[in-house]
Amino acid sequence: MTTCRRPLAIALTGCSLAFGVGISVYATSVFAQQEERPDAALNMLVHEPPSMEDLENSDIHPELKSVIRYGHDLFTNTQQLRGENVFNDMNCSSCHLGEGRVPFSAPVWAAAITLPDFRGKNQHVNNLEERIAGCFAYSMNGVPPAYGSDEMLALSAYHQWLATGAPMYPDKPIYGRGFPAPDEPEQAPDYARGETAYQENCAICHQQDGSGHYENGEYVFPPPWGDGSNNWGAGIVRVDTMAGFIYQNMPLGQPRSLSAQDTWDIAYYITSQERPQDPRYNGDVAETAEQFGPTFHKRSLYGQTREHDDHVLGDHDNFGEKGDIKPWNVGMPRFENLPGE
Amino acid sequence: MNQKCLSRFGLLMGISLVTGGALAQQGDAERGQAAAATCIACHQADGSGMNVPNGESWPRLAGLNGDYIAKQLHDFKAGQRQNATMVTFANMLDDQQIADVAEYYSQMPLTPGNGGDEADEALLARGQQLAERGDWNAYIVSCQSCHGPGGMGVGSTFPGVASQHAGYISAQLTAWKNETRSNDPQDLMGAIAKRMSDNDIQAVSAWYATQPGSEAQETAQ
Repeated sequence: MTTCRRPLAIALTGCSLAFGVGISVYATSVFAQQEERPDAALNMLVHEPPSMEDLENSDIHPELKSVIRYGHDLFTNTQQLRGENVFNDMNCSSCHLGEGRVPFSAPVWAAAITLPDFRGKNQHVNNLEERIAGCFAYSMNGVPPAYGSDEMLALSAYHQWLATGAPMYPDKPIYGRGFPAPDEPEQAPDYARGETAYQENCAICHQQDGSGHYENGEYVFPPPWGDGSNNWGAGIVRVDTMAGFIYQNMPLGQPRSLSAQDTWDIAYYITSQERPQDPRYNGDVAETAEQFGPTFHKRSLYGQTREHDDHVLGDHDNFGEKGDIKPWNVGMPRFENLPGE
Repeated sequence: MNQKCLSRFGLLMGISLVTGGALAQQGDAERGQAAAATCIACHQADGSGMNVPNGESWPRLAGLNGDYIAKQLHDFKAGQRQNATMVTFANMLDDQQIADVAEYYSQMPLTPGNGGDEADEALLARGQQLAERGDWNAYIVSCQSCHGPGGMGVGSTFPGVASQHAGYISAQLTAWKNETRSNDPQDLMGAIAKRMSDNDIQAVSAWYATQPGSEAQETAQ
């Protein structure tokens, strides 16, 4: 750690400690009734989104049903946009498990009731479509479908429909929002320990080399790093976000089963691996890391020197399968004519 | 699927064979045929096994991943998977014979699964839902998230479950649920099975018994 420009303690400060209460065992329902929950006293917004069965049984307009169905299909099989909007091996549901509905797996309906809002990452007010576009540019290493396009409308319709019944701009914190990281571990996260823990707990699905797994040409397990994974600008390259995703969701089917130490070590190991370049890259990794440090990279290892082999993370021109294609939404100026506060 | 994914698939298959470790002993299908003489009584000459309603069903072995079969036989011998009948027969095989019979059965063309035909529409619909999408309200992840698209299996770790006999699938899921089977890596199957109701188990067993177990079988039907 001593050779790193920024101590990891900075990355750790991003982790949320407010969510220590969740449900440790899924007995009958992930979305137990609020009054049955131990956290009811915390006065949080608990929302159970409708399921696809609810959609079929509902009396909304059949045209809207089919658009929402298309949005669900795009969400769970985003690979159908491969080569047009998606240039890696991910689906939306690779990170947002359970079709974007499940608490602590960054349930996507939360975006539908909290946006438009100011977003620190790009320093302006974003609406739902722009937020989804961000996922395409970074997490999918791709190029977003145009605002108002069939794909964008279907995806946002799916998000909004999942929020059915939840209040707009809620005045309470949202239960299960994001990927809350576990408490800071006793020992600072360590690459070598992380590698061992990764090989023991993750490699059987995600492979020893992190490349994920295709079977008969069809996607099964997503790659946590490498060209098939998210790029350096994706939220999950932040060590604490990766730790939160892992702790709350992995191994698949066993949420919150790993120790905080293993979780942070694995997150540190995975986020110390190479992946496609950040689309905000200006040709110099140190400058890019500094420019986007305050709003983003202070929580990632981008631009830092890996201790065991002196490799500078993100110091390359590899944009993955998308090559020279630039996502049109990255750096797009907004609200330039509005007077400042 | 594009070219890059296909080449990556090829690479992964290479890796998964190497990582089979002790199980990667080279098998010979011809020798396997001779060693399989004791298997035929239950698993049948064509490897189709048999669905036995109200009894112990014998799994289809034809077309299953060879390394998966070999691991199961080693696990029976080592007591890591329990079955009174199988432990006897597994103990008759040495390591080479295990590799040989595994290779022999893995090369056989798939045979249809039985035991799902009498399931009603609602049960099959529930089975399809669990297979393809899971039931996340109960934190049951979809079967295909590990067993692959169509439940046709992934590598040597996650066996093909489509076109398997319903009686066998339900017996195994029940065993995982009751912790009488636990030779899966990292409790990946056990953790899910414990959240499944008996109806869920019947549903998914019936569904997969009616599904093609390979793309070749799908085309032939």
